[in-house]
Amino acid sequence: MAGAKNHEFHILPPSIMPLAGSISLLTMTSGGVLTMHDSANGKYVLALGAVGILFTLFQWWSSVIREAHAGDHTPVVQLHLRYGMILFIASEVMFFVGWFWAFFDFSLFPSAAKIIGGTWPPKSMTAVLNAFDLPLINTLILLCSGTTVTWAHHCLLHGNRAGLKTGLWCTILLGMLFTSLQAFEYAHAPFVFGKNTYGSAFYMATGFHGFHVIIGTIFLAVCLKRTYNGDFTPKQHFGFEAAAWYWHFVDVVWLFLFTAIYVWGNWGFPVD
Amino acid sequence: MATTTDHHSAHGDVHAHDDHKPGFFSRWFMSTNHKDIGTLYLIFAIFAGIIGGAISGIMRLELDHPGIQVLASVNHFLGVTSATMDQNLHLWNVLITAHGLIMVFFMVMPAMIGGFGNWFVPIMIGAPDMAFPRMNNISFWLTVAGFCSLMISPFVPGGTGNGAGIGWTAYAPLSTSGSQGPAVDFAIFSLHLAGAGSIMGAINFITTILNMRAPGMTLHKMPLFVWSMLVTAFLLLLALPVLAAAITMLITDRNFGTTFFDASGGGDPVLFQHLFWFFGHPEVYIMILPGFGMISQIVSTFSKKPVFGYLGMAYAMVAIGVVGFVVWAHHMYTTGLSEDVKMYFTTATMVIAVPTGIKIFSWIATMWGGSISFKSPMVWAIGFIFLFTVGGVTGVVLANGGIDDNVQDTYYVVGHFHYVLSLGAVTALFAGFYYWFPKMSGRWHSELLSYLHFAVFFVGVNLIFFPMHFLGLQGMPRRYPDYAAAFEYWNHISTIGYKVMAASMVIFFVNIIYALVAGKKAEGNYWGEGANTLEWTLSSPPPFHQFETLPVIGDDDHH
Repeated sequence: MAGAKNHEFHILPPSIMPLAGSISLLTMTSGGVLTMHDSANGKYVLALGAVGILFTLFQWWSSVIREAHAGDHTPVVQLHLRYGMILFIASEVMFFVGWFWAFFDFSLFPSAAKIIGGTWPPKSMTAVLNAFDLPLINTLILLCSGTTVTWAHHCLLHGNRAGLKTGLWCTILLGMLFTSLQAFEYAHAPFVFGKNTYGSAFYMATGFHGFHVIIGTIFLAVCLKRTYNGDFTPKQHFGFEAAAWYWHFVDVVWLFLFTAIYVWGNWGFPVD
Repeated sequence: MATTTDHHSAHGDVHAHDDHKPGFFSRWFMSTNHKDIGTLYLIFAIFAGIIGGAISGIMRLELDHPGIQVLASVNHFLGVTSATMDQNLHLWNVLITAHGLIMVFFMVMPAMIGGFGNWFVPIMIGAPDMAFPRMNNISFWLTVAGFCSLMISPFVPGGTGNGAGIGWTAYAPLSTSGSQGPAVDFAIFSLHLAGAGSIMGAINFITTILNMRAPGMTLHKMPLFVWSMLVTAFLLLLALPVLAAAITMLITDRNFGTTFFDASGGGDPVLFQHLFWFFGHPEVYIMILPGFGMISQIVSTFSKKPVFGYLGMAYAMVAIGVVGFVVWAHHMYTTGLSEDVKMYFTTATMVIAVPTGIKIFSWIATMWGGSISFKSPMVWAIGFIFLFTVGGVTGVVLANGGIDDNVQDTYYVVGHFHYVLSLGAVTALFAGFYYWFPKMSGRWHSELLSYLHFAVFFVGVNLIFFPMHFLGLQGMPRRYPDYAAAFEYWNHISTIGYKVMAASMVIFFVNIIYALVAGKKAEGNYWGEGANTLEWTLSSPPPFHQFETLPVIGDDDHH
C-alpha cells in the first residue's frame, strides 16, 4: 500500500481469512465438545467448523500462491517462508516429544496395576503386532517415498518436468499405500484404543503420525497439481521444498516410532 | 484475499500514499498491520484483565473472613439459583481456574508478547512489519477464540456444578474422571486454540527478528527488548506443543477411554504433571522475559546510559531460557520424586538465580552514576526491580526441595508467584505502558496520575501478597474458600489490599481516558536524550507503514 516502498519485504493487504479461520476453529472445537457429550446437533457444528477451516486453508494458501506468481516472494520473503517452515516442524517435533514421553513413562516404568502387571507390554495382553511384518514393510515404504521425493526434487532442479511428476506420483502413491497398510493394521490389531496404557500410547502416537502422513500426502498432491499447472521453476519452488521437508519429518518420526514402539517396546512378546 | 487490485497497491501504484489506512472493518477485523494488531492485543488484554481481576476480587471477598460469604450470590448471578453447598464450593474451583487461565493466557501473554512485542519488535529492528503479517492476525483472533471457549465453560456443566473447576494446571484425575461435563472440554480446547495462536506468533517473531533486522543491526546491537522477545518466542515454540500433547491426552482420557492418567488402566497421573510443568516452567519465563526486556529499555532511557553489561544481559536471558527447560520438577517435589531427583532439580533451579542476579545487578549498575530522571515509567521500573527481587528471593527459598516439602501448595507459594507475576510482570507491563503509551497513541497520559497509580498500586499489591507468606508459613493451604479462624487477620489485611489495588486501577483507567480525550500531543522522541532506540526516530503515533526506506545502523550506534 505504500507509495515509496524501498525494501524487499512483503506488506500485505487486509485479509478476512485469519478471522474466518479462527471462527471456524472455535466452531469446530465447540462442535467437538458437543459431539463428545452426545448433543444431537454437535456433529453438524463440528462439520460446519471443519468445512470452514478447509475453506479458509484453501483460500489462504491460494492467496499465497497468487502472491508468489505476482512476484511478492522476493529472496528475503522466501527466506522467511523457509524459517517459518523449519520452526513449524520444530514445534511439531516437540508435539511428538509429548507422545514419546508418555510411551517411555509407561514402558520403562510399567505400572503395578493388575491390567499391566509390572511388565511391558502389559501381562493382560495376548499379543502385539509383529514389528518385522507389516510395520517393517511400512518402514521400507516410507524410506522409499523419501527417496522418490528427493528424485522429484532433483528432476525439478534440472528442469526435468516429467521426472518431477513421476517422482511426485510415486511419493503420493507410496504415502497412500502406507496409510492403507496402517488402516489395515489398526483394523486387525489384537488390542484396542482404550482400556490400558499400551493401546492409549500406541494408537495416539501412531495415530497422530498417520494424521501427519495424510497431511503430508495432501501437501504433495497439491504440489503435483501445481506441477501440472506449470508452477515451480528450478530457482523458485519453495512450496515443493516445504512439502518435501515435511515429508522427511514425517519419515523420521516413523523411524523413531518403529524403533521404540514396535521393535524395542514389543521385544520378546508373543506376536499376532 | 489478494485480488489484482491489492497487488497493484502492494507494489506501489500511483494512487497509494504513505498513510493510507483501510476502512474500519478492514482495519480492525482484517488487519495485517503489526501496530494495529498490537493495539488489538492490548485492548483485548485490558478487557481480559478486568474480568480476571474481578474474579480475584470475588476471591478476596470470599476469603475476607472464615466461612462461606459470597459464593452463593455469585452462583445466583451466574444463573444457578438455590445452589447447594457443593456447587458453591465447586464455584470456588471454577473461579481460581478462570483467574489463573485468564491472567496467564489472556492478559499477561497477549499484553507483553502480542501487544508490546507486536508494536515494538519490528520498529526496534528497523523493519516495516512482521515477517508474516496475515499469520500475525490469526494469532490474535485465535487468542480471542480461545477466550470465547473459556467464557462458554462457566455456563455449562463441569461436574459438581457449572464451569471447569480443574485449576489452571488441570491436574488429572480432577480434570479427567473428577470433572464430568462439557465445561472442562471447553476450557481445554480454549488452551488448544490460544496455544496454536501463540505458536504461530512465536514462529512469526523468530523469523522477523532473525531476517528483518535493518542493515547494520547485528544481533549484538539489538535492543534488549528484542532479545527478550527472541528468547521468549523460542520458549513458546518448544514448550507449547508439549502442553498441546498433554491436554490432548486429557481430552482422550475424558472422552475416548484412554488411560494415560488413569491408574486403573496402568496410567500415571504424575505423567500429566511432568508434561504440564515441562511446558509450565518455561511458561513462567515466557511471562517475565519480555518484562525484563522492557525494564532494560526503560532503566537505560531514564539513566541516560547504555545498559550496563549489554551482552551479559542478553545472554543471561538466553541462559534463563535454556536452564528454564530443565527445572520443571521443582513444581512436583511432593509427588514422590526420589531424593536424587530432588537434589538435581533443587540445584538446577538455584542455578537460575545466577543469570537472574546478573540482570538485577546490571539494572542497578545501569542506574549507578547515571543522570536519572524519575519519569513515571522509571518509577514503575524501579518498583519492578524491588518487587521482582522479593519474588525471586522467595523463589530461591522454594527451589529447595526440603523446604518446599513443608510449604508446597500453601499461600507461601501463592505469595511467591504473585510477587513475580502480578507484582513483577504486571508492574513491568505498566512501566512499558507509560513508557510507550504516548508513542502508540500520540497523546500524553497525565504523569501525576501515573505516579499516583504507582503509589496506590504499590501499597495495594504489597498489602495483598506480603501477608500470604505469613499465612503460608503458618500452614494455610491454597485453593480453599474457607479456612481456620487463626488465619483471619492476615486474610483480612490481604482483602483490604485488594481494595486499595482496585482503586489504583480506577486511577489507571481515568488516566487512559484523560489521555485519549484531553491528552496533549506527544512529539516523536518525547523522553529526549537517553531514548535512542529506533521507535524514537518516528513520529508519535508512527506512520501506518514505517521504514519504507530501511534505516541504516552505524558502527558506533549502541543499543
